[in-house]
Amino acid sequence: MPPGAAPLSLMTPVPLMLRALLAALVLAVTALALPAALRAQEAGTLQALLQGHAEEVADPGRQTVGPVIADLLASDLPGVALFLERWQNKGVFRNAGDGLFYYADRAGDTYTLRDISSDAGTGTAPADAMTEIRPNGGVRRVIAGALVQFQLSDPDRAARVAALDAISRRPDPDQLAPLRNSIAEEPDAVLAARKTRLVAMLEARFGAGTETRVAAIESLSDAMDLETRSVLSQILAADSAVAPAMPSDANVARVLEVGTDLGETDAYGRLVAADLAPPAVTNAAVRDALAANVVDGRVGGIPVGRLSDPAARAEAYAALAEAGTVAPLVTDADRRAAVADHVFYEVYAEDDPAVTDAARTALDEVEARVARYQVLDIGLDAVSLASIYFLAAIGLAITFGVMGVINMAHGEFIMMGAYTGYVVQQVVPNYTASLIVALPLAFVVTFAAGVAMERLVIRHLYHRPLETLLATFGISIALQQIAKNVFGTQARPLTAPSWLDGAWVVNDVVAIANIRIAIFVLALIFLALLLWILKRTRLGLEVRAVTQNPGMAGSMGIDPDRINMLTFGLGSGIAGIAGVAIGLYAKVTSEMGADYIVQSFMTVVVGGVGNVWGTLAGAALIGVLQKGIEWFNPSNTLAAQTYMILFIILFIQFRPKGIVALKGRAAGD
Amino acid sequence: MTRTLIRENPSIPWFLAILAAFCLGVTLMAEATGVGMLSTSFVKTLGKTLCLCLVAIAMDVVWGYCGILSLGHMAFFGLGGYAIGMWLMYARTEIIVTGSLANAPIPPTPAEIEDAIATQIFGVVGANEFPLIWAFADSLALQLLMVVLVPGLLALVFGWLAFRSRVTGVYLSILTQAMTLALALYLFQNDSGLRGNNGLSGLQNIPFFRDTPQSVISIAFFWASALALALGYVLFAWVVSGRMGSVIRGIRDNEARVRFLGYHVEGFKLFVFTLSAVVAGIAGALYYPQAGIINPAEVAPIASIYLAVWVAIGGRGRLYGAVIGAAFVSLLSSWFTGGGAPDIDLGVYEIRWTDWWLVLLGLSFVAVTLFAPKGIGGLFDLVARRPAPTAAPARTRAEAAE
Repeated sequence: MPPGAAPLSLMTPVPLMLRALLAALVLAVTALALPAALRAQEAGTLQALLQGHAEEVADPGRQTVGPVIADLLASDLPGVALFLERWQNKGVFRNAGDGLFYYADRAGDTYTLRDISSDAGTGTAPADAMTEIRPNGGVRRVIAGALVQFQLSDPDRAARVAALDAISRRPDPDQLAPLRNSIAEEPDAVLAARKTRLVAMLEARFGAGTETRVAAIESLSDAMDLETRSVLSQILAADSAVAPAMPSDANVARVLEVGTDLGETDAYGRLVAADLAPPAVTNAAVRDALAANVVDGRVGGIPVGRLSDPAARAEAYAALAEAGTVAPLVTDADRRAAVADHVFYEVYAEDDPAVTDAARTALDEVEARVARYQVLDIGLDAVSLASIYFLAAIGLAITFGVMGVINMAHGEFIMMGAYTGYVVQQVVPNYTASLIVALPLAFVVTFAAGVAMERLVIRHLYHRPLETLLATFGISIALQQIAKNVFGTQARPLTAPSWLDGAWVVNDVVAIANIRIAIFVLALIFLALLLWILKRTRLGLEVRAVTQNPGMAGSMGIDPDRINMLTFGLGSGIAGIAGVAIGLYAKVTSEMGADYIVQSFMTVVVGGVGNVWGTLAGAALIGVLQKGIEWFNPSNTLAAQTYMILFIILFIQFRPKGIVALKGRAAGD
Repeated sequence: MTRTLIRENPSIPWFLAILAAFCLGVTLMAEATGVGMLSTSFVKTLGKTLCLCLVAIAMDVVWGYCGILSLGHMAFFGLGGYAIGMWLMYARTEIIVTGSLANAPIPPTPAEIEDAIATQIFGVVGANEFPLIWAFADSLALQLLMVVLVPGLLALVFGWLAFRSRVTGVYLSILTQAMTLALALYLFQNDSGLRGNNGLSGLQNIPFFRDTPQSVISIAFFWASALALALGYVLFAWVVSGRMGSVIRGIRDNEARVRFLGYHVEGFKLFVFTLSAVVAGIAGALYYPQAGIINPAEVAPIASIYLAVWVAIGGRGRLYGAVIGAAFVSLLSSWFTGGGAPDIDLGVYEIRWTDWWLVLLGLSFVAVTLFAPKGIGGLFDLVARRPAPTAAPARTRAEAAE
């Protein structure tokens, strides 16, 4: 129901007398309007033009509508765009009384009419006199195509964008001229560029003459968006074909070698599909044929019992074939000969070799560029993954390096940090504020947990590294199960603030999520902070002293116990912050720590123990490696991880102490 | 030689006697003999526990005696299981397929049978032909050889690489963990040729004994597991006694010193590691027909860590300690997680042991590591009032010198 209908329906309960009066009035007005309508038929108006094609306009068909639209466009009259739009949207009516076309709005039982040429009101008409013109879907598409050229120069930018989108969705040769004409008047530089590209794309596909098309194709070779690539691939679309000899006139894309490009069975299948060879009889078909021809327990003179032997089956089938009951068997030799007698090739749908050559060159160029940027994109991904591994592993590296103990519960500290973030978000609803609270709080919580664990367990197990490993593993099982009991098994969300949503898009190929940039920055901050603590503060000096020689450090007045405790707390605290960061882009579950612990170990072991730079190198190596392997085998991340671990096992063979190995006395076991 | 062996390992006769008595007792109470005090599934649990005891002994020898904390021993166990599982699955599917094809109007060719078996087995992962690794699956003898060869070769190659470059201590533990993780990830793939995460199933149906009831089969496997455990016990007792045992313990206590004494440390380590892996593979081959199913989760790193937990709780550095630890913890674990333990109602919170058992296990594990490094087996020292086994080498060495 149109929006104007509601107030009109309020008028319906008017007294009868008034209604009668109204009807009389309408009749009078209609009578008065007639001379005006006749006047509208003067030559050179839109109405006159439409009357020239009256039947086609009133009942448009896909075939008949073309000349009408062509005339409308050629007339260059001012109201054409409006008419086309209303025509498409069922807004045009024909008045049975005078046979003219009107725009009209329904008002109760009558229509308010507006002139088709000027869009000005010309009175009313009774509802039963008006016929709404309803073009079908096919016609509406044709009208929409014609409308595009008006939309292309529409003052509203959004309308122009929509028109361009429509063209790229459904490219059509007819759009080429209006599109080209609209470029000069385009005020927006971005849209002008897009229009130029679209013209090139349309010309590449539908342009007149080889030279125009080749020029257009060459101008496309500097792009790398999907649209250009799909246009070029469409020009290069090829069908597979087979023939006894290579035809001289075909625009051949490539010749397929049987054995390398094409399997023999597949090749024979194509021969059969092209009616160049009899269909092969499959083993199952042979069996069915034999089963259908059992006579007195024998097939072709061979007892059924012997038919488990393939040779006997072949014999029986040959006997049947000789008798003419079944099609003769196509032997392997026949098949090979048939395949050898034919050439298999792919032929372009496009006939002009100059065009396909140009498109091939352009596409190669585009794809090479895309590949270069993809390497860059993979590089960014690898850096991002490396920063996550660095964050997850650096705490482990510190405790391992300083105290020589492996903390198997490190992953659970990461989890603890992530759950701290989750709990904070339940209390503080603002995501930005909760993140600001959660980061230090996660540090405090895991710092405390780490210190408690050091005091209660690890302190008693120094010099027994394997037992520390097991004891901390016991703690890890317990913590993981406690988290499961408290928070449940399903994943909890840790929502990033909105300014971390979205991605930094460099071009069509290279893009990186903001959250990953944030994690990268966080990793950089921690790298700097740790280097500062270790190299510039009193605590760092003492930590380094204890790392190198605890006994000597002790005799210099450093309390190794206190340093161990603080170091362990620091390592655990960083794990907590890493947990918040990881929780933001992955899900928070009780098992999230276990997912990172092996990778963290690898990072530490590969990088070399007790060295921030070593951990950085290890994280970078593992990140790049993992992304690199995924790039070669994108469909199978499990395989990528398997290969990466195998690589690390081999790597350790050659550098058992990691990339950055401590030298001198500190390296002693 | 036997006398020396027993003198050095006085636990052997005790162990064998207790194991024999236990086997007889279980057999007499089982459903197979008509008494039925023990259900078939419980007999299977006991049989599986014996296999776990065997792999625990293997673990104890590498860790408790040789000082190599392998966090990947269940990989060998799982590989043994997969090796035997391939034959079990193939042979059983073959029987089913031949049975269903027997009614066909035309007798099937060998190739057709093969295709039908492959489709039956690999249909779940969308494949219909046998991968290369199934080449020997139709032969029991060859697959039994695989049970020994596959874990043995993996351990040999891995150990050779690791020991040669002198990867020791925590590094080695992490490396073994990485090994089992890599194996698990590989097996999880659908195109690994071992049915991805579906694993191999229906292993409890033994092809040659289709008409034998499971109660009898369970007893047979129980005895086979007990026999394997007894043989393994004696074998490892022999390995860790005498001069070789002294060298092995020496490597644990101070590897560099043993090397300086002129022993080829890498060779000893490689021998112990590989032998232990082979025994783990055999244990796995006995375990999975009783469990009925094997899937890649069985070789995930956590399983191997639990193995270390059992040995630590039982008391490492003594073979019976490993047996006790594996039996005690795994049975206790199935009691707790199976809902056997009564829940404790604290008023404000009810402790359900299915949820809290792992917390208890983790914490008691910490407690054992801290306060009772000798584990449960250490209790025997108090009772037996005889020199601890670790003191035995001194005497041996004196004897050897005479």
